[in-house]
Amino acid sequence: MSAITRDEVERIAGLARLELSEGEAERMAGDLATILDYVEALQALDTSDVEPTANPVPLETPLRDDRVRPGLAAEVAVAGAPHAEGTAFVVPKVIEGEEG
Amino acid sequence: MSDPLGGVAELRGALDDRRVSAVELVRAACARARALDLNAFTHLREEAALAEAEDSDARRARGEARSPLEGIPVALKDNVCQAGEPAQCASRILEGWKSPYDATAVARLRAAGAIVVGRTNMDEFAMGSSTENSVHGPARNPWDPECAPGGSSGGSAVAVAAGVVPAALGSDTGGSIRQPASFCGVVGMKPTYGRVSRYGLVAFASSLDQIGPFARTVEDATLVLEAIAGHDPCDATSIPEPAPALAGALSGDVSGLVIGLPREYFASDGADPEVLAAVRTAVAELEQAGAKTREVSLPHTPYAVATYYLVATAEASSNLARYDGVRYGRRAERVGDLLDMYRRTRSEGFGAEVKRRILLGTYVLSAGYYDAYYRKAQQVRTLLRRDFEEAFAACDVIATPTAPETAFRLGERAADPLRMYLSDVFTVSAPLAGIPALSVPCGFVDGLPVGLQLMGRALDEASLLRVADAYQRRSDWHERRPPEAA
Amino acid sequence: MSFEPVIGLEVHVHMKTASKMFCGCAVHYGGEPNHQVCPVCLALPGALPVPNREAIALAVRAGLAVGGEVHSRSVFARKNYFYPDLPKGYQISQFEEPVITGGGVEIEVDGEVRRIPLTRIHMEEDAGKSVHGEEEREDESHMDLNRAGTPLLEIVSEPELRSAAEASAYLRALRRILRYIDVSDADMEKGQLRCDVNLSLRPTGSDVLGTRTEVKNLNSFRYVEAAIEAEIQRQTGVLEEGGEIIQATMQFDPERRTTSVMRVKENADDYRYFPDPDLVPLALDAARIAEVRAALPELPAEKRARFEVEHGLSEYDARLLVATRPLADFFEAVTRAHGDAKTVANWIGRDVRGALKERERDLEETALTAPALSALLKLVDSGRVTPRSAREVLGVLMDEGGDPESLVGERGLEAVSDTGALEAAVDEVLAAHPDDVERFRAGEAKVLNFLMGQVMRRTGGKASPGLVREILARRLEG
Repeated sequence: MSAITRDEVERIAGLARLELSEGEAERMAGDLATILDYVEALQALDTSDVEPTANPVPLETPLRDDRVRPGLAAEVAVAGAPHAEGTAFVVPKVIEGEEG
Repeated sequence: MSDPLGGVAELRGALDDRRVSAVELVRAACARARALDLNAFTHLREEAALAEAEDSDARRARGEARSPLEGIPVALKDNVCQAGEPAQCASRILEGWKSPYDATAVARLRAAGAIVVGRTNMDEFAMGSSTENSVHGPARNPWDPECAPGGSSGGSAVAVAAGVVPAALGSDTGGSIRQPASFCGVVGMKPTYGRVSRYGLVAFASSLDQIGPFARTVEDATLVLEAIAGHDPCDATSIPEPAPALAGALSGDVSGLVIGLPREYFASDGADPEVLAAVRTAVAELEQAGAKTREVSLPHTPYAVATYYLVATAEASSNLARYDGVRYGRRAERVGDLLDMYRRTRSEGFGAEVKRRILLGTYVLSAGYYDAYYRKAQQVRTLLRRDFEEAFAACDVIATPTAPETAFRLGERAADPLRMYLSDVFTVSAPLAGIPALSVPCGFVDGLPVGLQLMGRALDEASLLRVADAYQRRSDWHERRPPEAA
Repeated sequence: MSFEPVIGLEVHVHMKTASKMFCGCAVHYGGEPNHQVCPVCLALPGALPVPNREAIALAVRAGLAVGGEVHSRSVFARKNYFYPDLPKGYQISQFEEPVITGGGVEIEVDGEVRRIPLTRIHMEEDAGKSVHGEEEREDESHMDLNRAGTPLLEIVSEPELRSAAEASAYLRALRRILRYIDVSDADMEKGQLRCDVNLSLRPTGSDVLGTRTEVKNLNSFRYVEAAIEAEIQRQTGVLEEGGEIIQATMQFDPERRTTSVMRVKENADDYRYFPDPDLVPLALDAARIAEVRAALPELPAEKRARFEVEHGLSEYDARLLVATRPLADFFEAVTRAHGDAKTVANWIGRDVRGALKERERDLEETALTAPALSALLKLVDSGRVTPRSAREVLGVLMDEGGDPESLVGERGLEAVSDTGALEAAVDEVLAAHPDDVERFRAGEAKVLNFLMGQVMRRTGGKASPGLVREILARRLEG
């Protein structure tokens, strides 16, 4: 399962919102194939009865009391934005239902 | 100008005796940062630091020094947020952004009186083992400027090794503190996962990332760790324990303590024989001091790198989705529609290694591959944790080389990502298991430093520090200064 | 061939908390863009989520209220996709291990009661939204993240609904429960309750499911019904012409009352769910769940049953009175003060509800209090006010409030019980309507009501109806 095609790289790049040039896609497909080949070694381990570890902390998630705390002033919130108008972020037209 | 800045203890003495002021220390640190041609710093905040140093001197004069770190200049890796300062993470995509808030670790360092002088170079978003994947260009190793300082926290390791600051913060995900500490001949520690708050640490892989200290001595690293550790309600993965009191651990006494030597790490084909020899000599020194050694086994070690790269890239692919050119950072110019904005912003903003890892992580989480890759890796992660649990039933700490080699030459591995990944072979297991680990200098091979790695039980930083401190009391590697710092 | 619709609803409701799901920003609608944001809900680099205790308690309460299973372990997962209203590039939700599974909601359509089973209830965070600024250009959108991070419950029904009417009844029943237990105000107009419809058709009697479509973001009850009708019609048309239904996300055009394809679902919807490593699993121990259960208010169905037994009401009256929790509470308060549940039920069921409908208001939005209504009904009982005058006073009590006794005095609504005056009025009416008197005497009993009405009109509605009836009967027999 380790072979990864150019098409798959393009599909993945689409999901990740990355645009790859011809050469880049070619190189990435090669690199990913090498890496996936390497990680293939894991398949040799029998893990059928092994619980996955998502996080090494043996904790239950702590909870926060439902209290309002001051956040950032709107002017500060948008201060770093590449494009803002008033206190709103500006992006190219969002068409309802279309994917960004 | 030989080693103008001593360790924290020396500087503290000098500050207390009014032989030097915090203002002078900050000036000296900034001057030295500028004089060195190692590309260790990405940003100096001299003016703000001087103002803070004046306040610090005033506090000391009033007898109100806040902690042993009062007035001590420190540096931050460029992925640890400080209010009003950039946190560019060596990426083009965060060009120009300034954080409006302090990371918890930074707030605590400042509350302890430490003064942040600047921000250090790193691999972009902490992805790398050489500090070459940086929009600012590579940092250089002070022991040989043609060599990499290791990474991803290379800049912080260099800043401490070259005597700019006595201590700095880095972050470790798969070895990003310990490997550069080893390459640069300084002490670097990755605490237990959850020991130091991640709030304000720009995420690479959330279940692995930890902030930790660099210093030249274990004693200084301990002071910094005490200042930044402890429960933080803003981080849901923070362990609900107060900061540990660790100074008592630095007694020099290791008698009766059992050091485990995992056979998988000492295999003759796994590391440079001279590195292995240096590590063995260091372990022998600890035996001289009264420690016992025994061989242990961590049988799943050969799977650790694969597991690490699956887990880390999956989390990274999601963590880096927020860099979209909408709320902060850099957006591609003259974008067309929404999709164009996303794709061009991210393609122009991220470097090749970051893109490679986002692609790998996206792939392993995508429909049809999740179970075979991501879930599998999480299961192997459980096996790796169990390895350590079993090993620690037979020993108190585990000693290994930090890296299989000394610093490699800049550019040498840039074209071979897998080979670069494999240089993390000894450091990725500890974060996967969530346990603490540190690197302490233990010798030189051909003029380049070698690091001894110590790994311990979860929350038992004390034993690691005890052993490493005992070793430094019996060795002088940490007193050697690199030629570039002379 | 005839087709049967198979409908499931995905309902999103805002939970009633003071702060957001994962940060301390206020949950606050409207206002200038980005005034309720912080590093966490802006997704600044390095910021981390911490779950809101109250939101979790509300989710558990909702789960218990619908008889679902509350899981001692549940997991927050990331749903990854890009959209400018989604600051992190992923939504924190629950996927493989939701907090609640199972349960059901009882609905009644055309006298038939059915329980619609639920698949699951899980917690998630809302996204921000586009706002329209004055300076906005045609090719741009303005984004506001005030709403981003608002705690949401997603309630997913099994595909057991068979018509638009059932879907609507389900939605109303669900909303009523959520309001009863104070989990959400669930106001569709304010976007606190949003509904996605999953719909497919299958040949009647078959148990094979057809290809389904999803109609998204319906924001009123009328639209939900209309959209379902339209989509049933569209799919029926396609199938009858021998066509195939394509899996797609549909949008509903309320003006033309039609649905159309918004986006074809390919396998592009790859959300790459995985457990959020910033949030370790959520644990709920039995004691915590028991605590929430103990604080659970009485639910509509339980209340209805109790009203029937305790107050001797008909099922019909009981059902009317439990429609909302404020109405039910009001009924009980008036009954406590007045004493006769049936009289109170009649007045609230008919007159109070009628007056509310006329005013397009909820009970809580009027000045009417339980002691005032009770006092008014006592005036009616004693014959001092006629029911007709009492209705007038009720209107005043709703709009302005006040004391019924003084209102009756001020407005001269005291019932006329002066026999002499009433006899005179009766005589005048009989003299004016000789034909009707004839018809009554010929056996048309219902003419009496007409004559009664005439007398009441002549006395401005203030005549005591019992007395009028008595006098009329006497005169007509004589």
